[in-house]
Amino acid sequence: MMQRVVFTVVVLGLLSACSVEPWVKPYERAHLADPIMNPDRDPVSSAYLNHVHDAREGAKGAGLASGGGCGCN
Amino acid sequence: MQVWHRVVAVVVTRIFLGLSLLLVWQFVQTAAAAVLPEDRADVMYHSYNGGGVEVTGPSILLRKSFAKNFSGSYNYYVDNVSSASIDVLSQASPYTEVRKENSVNLDYLHDKTVMSAGFTASRENDYDANTSFFSLTQNMFGDLTTVTLGYSRGSNIVKNNNDPSFEATADMRSYRLSLSQVLTKDLLLGFAYEAIADEGYLNNPYRSVRYVDSSVPAGYAWQPEVYPQTRTSNAAAIRLNYYLPYRASVYGGYRYFDDTWGIGANTYSIGYIQPYGSNWLFDINYRYYNQNNADFYSDLFPYYDAQNFLARDKELSTYSSHQLGIGVTYMFAKNGFGFIKSGSANFYYNYMYFNYEDFRNVLDSTPATVGDEPLYTMSANVLRMFVSLWF
Repeated sequence: MMQRVVFTVVVLGLLSACSVEPWVKPYERAHLADPIMNPDRDPVSSAYLNHVHDAREGAKGAGLASGGGCGCN
Repeated sequence: MQVWHRVVAVVVTRIFLGLSLLLVWQFVQTAAAAVLPEDRADVMYHSYNGGGVEVTGPSILLRKSFAKNFSGSYNYYVDNVSSASIDVLSQASPYTEVRKENSVNLDYLHDKTVMSAGFTASRENDYDANTSFFSLTQNMFGDLTTVTLGYSRGSNIVKNNNDPSFEATADMRSYRLSLSQVLTKDLLLGFAYEAIADEGYLNNPYRSVRYVDSSVPAGYAWQPEVYPQTRTSNAAAIRLNYYLPYRASVYGGYRYFDDTWGIGANTYSIGYIQPYGSNWLFDINYRYYNQNNADFYSDLFPYYDAQNFLARDKELSTYSSHQLGIGVTYMFAKNGFGFIKSGSANFYYNYMYFNYEDFRNVLDSTPATVGDEPLYTMSANVLRMFVSLWF
């Protein structure tokens, strides 16, 4: 298991050093740069909603970064 | 269970170290562009009202770049809490309290790498939380892929206002890997994995569990809850953003969660953003969440000290929730005004509905035998109003 993980990580690492020809050219990224495509357009606002979910739900993590505090009851 | 925890911790740490080394290697190898976050200021008013709990307050963010390669930010956040939740009403008295949070964050850009570090201090009269984090973000594959590795560590002090002699600690470590991938000129993929290890006093010193006690008129009595001292959780999330053939976007996501307390959870979300003219954005979204209960959760234990660990926190019960959100953004000063490059005024509203499947409403006066009370449900209204300025 561990060897497989290490192997995958090493292969990915070596691949990442290759000069990849980007299949989406810089001049084709106008849509991607539009604010409506930004998942974290307003960090203060999304961090707040994330905090509400953390306080009301048993699950946590893999969302946006958030600080400590309890927000219990 | 303990051995399993350690194996997971060791594997995660090693993978993390390996990836960190690779990123450092990339950092040495490559050159060209990554960017720092934009300079901006945000002032937000937030309000949560549901289940007898009202939480309001401001959040203020200031972010500014300096010395060419650095960007710093400061966030001030307040929760003014007024609580008469079902737990409070059934086990204690309504209360009010204030939580204040201060965060500082520093980003350093070098070629295709952004290194970030930050610290957050949260204070309330019975809970102190200090969290620090470090992360490394690397652009690769012709800037189509962005990988971030993050580590954060929290140290919390838990106190009890009813017992000045009580003080306990809880520590948190989080390892996070996230990836943003350009798939086509209209499609963006986001992936995140996070492992969190909590250790220490993880329950709420005020909350109790109930158990059958036929010697009292109510038929049940309360005893303090007892949680395990450790919790390890895993969460993996995926998200897609798609730019439609006209100027609008749809997005959807899924998150899987499980932990060593036996909780498993799924989160599904979907949304649509529609611009109107050049100044308006409308956002509508829906989110569904469900989870099963923790192994040691019960609405009603059969007797006092029925098992080693005891919980009756509704956030550890089996339940689902629906959330519907709408948002409006008005962009102003798009061509600049004085030192401001542009600005926006925003209003977001979320309606949440929670449907508990094994948490009963002990306050309901409907005649019922113990353990047969109606199941609890609640709704919440969440508001965010904020102004953002870019400069």
